[in-house]
Amino acid sequence: MIALLALQGIVAAVCLTPGRRSARWAIPVATLGTFIGFVWMLTQASAVTSGRITTENWKWVPQLGLTLDFRLDGWALLMGLLIFGIGTLVLGYSHFYFPKRPDLGKIAGLLAAFAGAMWGLVAANGLFTLFLFWELTSVTSFLLIGLEDRSAAARNAATRAFLVTGGGGLAMLAGLILLSTASGTSEISEILADPPAGGVVPAALVLVLIGAFAKSAQFPLHFWLPGAMAAPTPISAYLHSATMVKAGLVVVARFAPVFADVAPWRFMVLTAGSISLLLGGIRALRQQDAKVILAYGTVSQLGLLMILLGVGTAGTTYAGVALLTAHALFKASLFLSIGVVDHQVGTRDIRRLRGLLRKLPVVAAATITAGASMAAIPPTFGFVAKEKGLDALLNLDMGAAGTITLIAVVVGSAFTVAYTVRLLIGVFGNRAPGAAGHAAVDPARVKVPSWAFKFAPVFLAFLSLLFGLIAGPVGDWLGKVASSLDPAAGAYHLVLWPGLNTALALSVVTWVGGGAIAWWLYRQERDADAGVGFATILYDRTYNGLLVGARKITAVTHSGSLPVYVGVALATLIACLVAALVAGDAQELGSTRITNSPIELGAVAVTAILTVGILRTQRRFSAALLLGGAGYGLAIVFLSFGAPDLALTQFLVETLVIVLYLLVLARLPEEFSEPPSWAPGILRAVFAAAVGIGLALFAVATSAVTNDYPVGDTLTAMAEPLGGGKNVVNVILVDFRGWDTLGEIAVLAVAAAGVINLATVARREMLRRGLFASARSTNETGFGVQSSPVAGDVGPTPQRRSVILTTTTRGLVPVLAVTSVYLTFRGHNAPGGGFAGGLVLSIAVALRYFAEGPGTLRKLGIDPIKMMGAGLLLAAIVAGYPLATGGAPMESTIWKFTLPLIGQVKLVSSTFFDIGVYLVVVGAVVGAMRALVDTDETAGEADLADGVATEELETT
Amino acid sequence: MSWALAALIGLQGAAGTYLLLHRSLTRIILGLGLLANAVNLIALTAGGSPGSPPIIGEDGQMADPLPQALVLTAIVIGFGVTAFLLATALRSWTIDGNDDVEDDIEDVRLARAALESDRSSGPDPTTSDSEFTGEVDEVPEAGES
Repeated sequence: MIALLALQGIVAAVCLTPGRRSARWAIPVATLGTFIGFVWMLTQASAVTSGRITTENWKWVPQLGLTLDFRLDGWALLMGLLIFGIGTLVLGYSHFYFPKRPDLGKIAGLLAAFAGAMWGLVAANGLFTLFLFWELTSVTSFLLIGLEDRSAAARNAATRAFLVTGGGGLAMLAGLILLSTASGTSEISEILADPPAGGVVPAALVLVLIGAFAKSAQFPLHFWLPGAMAAPTPISAYLHSATMVKAGLVVVARFAPVFADVAPWRFMVLTAGSISLLLGGIRALRQQDAKVILAYGTVSQLGLLMILLGVGTAGTTYAGVALLTAHALFKASLFLSIGVVDHQVGTRDIRRLRGLLRKLPVVAAATITAGASMAAIPPTFGFVAKEKGLDALLNLDMGAAGTITLIAVVVGSAFTVAYTVRLLIGVFGNRAPGAAGHAAVDPARVKVPSWAFKFAPVFLAFLSLLFGLIAGPVGDWLGKVASSLDPAAGAYHLVLWPGLNTALALSVVTWVGGGAIAWWLYRQERDADAGVGFATILYDRTYNGLLVGARKITAVTHSGSLPVYVGVALATLIACLVAALVAGDAQELGSTRITNSPIELGAVAVTAILTVGILRTQRRFSAALLLGGAGYGLAIVFLSFGAPDLALTQFLVETLVIVLYLLVLARLPEEFSEPPSWAPGILRAVFAAAVGIGLALFAVATSAVTNDYPVGDTLTAMAEPLGGGKNVVNVILVDFRGWDTLGEIAVLAVAAAGVINLATVARREMLRRGLFASARSTNETGFGVQSSPVAGDVGPTPQRRSVILTTTTRGLVPVLAVTSVYLTFRGHNAPGGGFAGGLVLSIAVALRYFAEGPGTLRKLGIDPIKMMGAGLLLAAIVAGYPLATGGAPMESTIWKFTLPLIGQVKLVSSTFFDIGVYLVVVGAVVGAMRALVDTDETAGEADLADGVATEELETT
Repeated sequence: MSWALAALIGLQGAAGTYLLLHRSLTRIILGLGLLANAVNLIALTAGGSPGSPPIIGEDGQMADPLPQALVLTAIVIGFGVTAFLLATALRSWTIDGNDDVEDDIEDVRLARAALESDRSSGPDPTTSDSEFTGEVDEVPEAGES
């Protein structure tokens, strides 16, 4: 069983391989694949019908207990024979149906995949195996309906079919999960052997039925099936009449003998089945496209099968199995015959077809035979099976419900006779041509199809007749099949001529009634196209409404304005903070002091004044410097709080931020532009004040409820024994939370790469426009370089160098460089570390640049990008190496050894991690600075080429 | 925690928000910097009262080291973000001649289209009655490849 699945999978993969899509061999290969499946089924047939049951399973995800369970019994065997038998015929037929198409491989591959999925579905014994293959058939069906992907009608039909059947599949999944929970097993055979009762079982069955109705096109979920006729005819014949639409029936037939008595199973099955039977019949009578007539006929026939297989008595189940077989044979034959007509004539419109009886006599004979089976005319197999069905329904002991169902079946069968007659006369009769728009075809121009092309429909029609003639043995064999669903069903038999009884009388009623309806319609035939069904309109309205609604919501929420987005985000933040404050317990606010220390108060006052200054200034430079000052103030606050590492880092970062602002703002206008305001200033101010107050209150509340630091205390206790360091903050960074730091330096590297690329783009644009030249010569462009002394000094020319600055810097830079290394190494035990050290070295480089010009940045002797890469690599190695020795990633190793003269030395592996951090920081900052400086006019073409190369390096 | 720090958090948060709601990218970057300062302070103070530096061997009640490590990370990330946004401002200025953040043109276009058309598509076009004629189902000649 699993081997068959694999075979179909391999065939599908081979056919679907890109580049082979138009291969002529694809369809023959897929035909061979399904034929092997058919032969395998035949070899199993005698053993299975004598009662052998084979199971196979494959552990798919053992950790989740997900197993693919399969079980071959009579019912699975019958479906397998239909799937692979009809599959072989349809694929063989397709070889002649599709002349030259660029997507032959796709068609063949999808059909092979479908055959495999359908086989998995019918053989599934696990509930989730069933669901998996159920949805796989929906997916392949979607792709096959949407084969003509340039036609909007085909795309809509495919989407509709997929949403309905796939959505039904989800309902079924919910039902299966409930069922599996209620029974404690996920194996269908075990559930059926020991069915759960009460509780959620009715709900579970309703959900399973919804899935089955959707798949088997039962009212009110039937409307996708006529649209699915957008698929080429062989596909409609195979998926949408013979096999896939029977998937719902496959499940219903298995469950019905056990669960039919659980309300509301029988009520739902009989209602949906009866309405589908009648509705499909009525709508089939109004169609003009022969294929769509057959499609509505399928809805109708599936309704009848739903009734028979869903009622759950042995007699109806047996009749259902027989009728399902009959339907697969005659409906596939009819579809394929109509396909031949379409292929030879160029239309399926029954208003235009005429004169084909003489031109296509073999096809006509096949169609009439299969049609007779559909209309249940003796001696066809359809007649034998339908008789059995009527007989079983007559023997139902269900009171009024049984009577109503019987009436519906008789009326529906009369409709079936009527639309069959109408179809046959329409396609092969010689009715007068209709209105001007429907010009009759000229029979003389119709080519006779080859025998190979006609083989499949003729053979299936022949079987429809043959099985009727040898009804006895066929019936006995089907009895063995049906006994796998309901042991009592094995006792039933089929006979070609049942004698004069009530069932036959009812059949006569259907023939006469159907003939009368057909005659009446023939007499007053109108040429109008049938309208779109109500369910389709309802579905389309809902679907379009959803799309339009979604778009409107997007339009309202996505205005495109950044301030609005930011405002919404911050408003949400404040709402959450206020909610937390209201819900939380804030009675301890009394412990809050005015200030912790005088230093803190002083630093806060200075920072506050500088912050107000940022708001008031109109000059970019002033704002940047004030921000830097506020950052220094904050560093002092950190220091007074007992966070020397934070203070150090904050101080160094603010310094470098000022440097970056200087480099960038030198190219921007001096004053802020005043862009059009999106909201009144007062509104912004009120909103900002609300955010500020919310943040302040939140800070007070959270700190007031913090009484001890469980995490912090643990980390402090572990710092020396595990991390080998005294500076707990540093040990956290390079050891306990080293993964964070690794991510962080990666972010820094990415940010630097972004800066370099953006600066390169900006520089290229400047070169293109010749802005470098104009920037110096005129102020009209808005480059206010001359008016700002700081800006003018960015990248000093040799004439404007300050001797004092240059001399001081020359002395200072080596000192800073040594300091940076010292800071890095002592960081494990005292304030410092890789971040601080790297920032100090970056400041030294910036100092030299300001003193001696951009040349210093280009002649570093070391590529900052490579430095960044080396740092990242080093940090990653330190993080990962304990894995090699069987430790956990980021675990520290502590080496102690004695060196002559120096004494005892303790070396911790995380020191190397910190060196990596150091290298990344220096590389990132210096790389970014160099890129920004290079946007200056003094940069040469050679550097631009270098910049592009760097950019490529970054993107690869 | 002290009221002085709370006031500073409130002031920097409010000033940052106010600047963030501008359209000038430089002001937005400044605002982000201030907002980051305020949030860093919140994270630090949420850890409890001030104390001695979290270095083993120091006297007195030690401050909580965990928020310090987190804030240190935040400071460096904030630095990276500032650098990136400054480069964006530079690029915007060289290419557009300003550093204003405009409305997203694509968002605006989508919004307008959605409000203008109420129906996404009409009913299905009538399907062709054949797979061998008519423009809908016409199959292009296969290229032998």
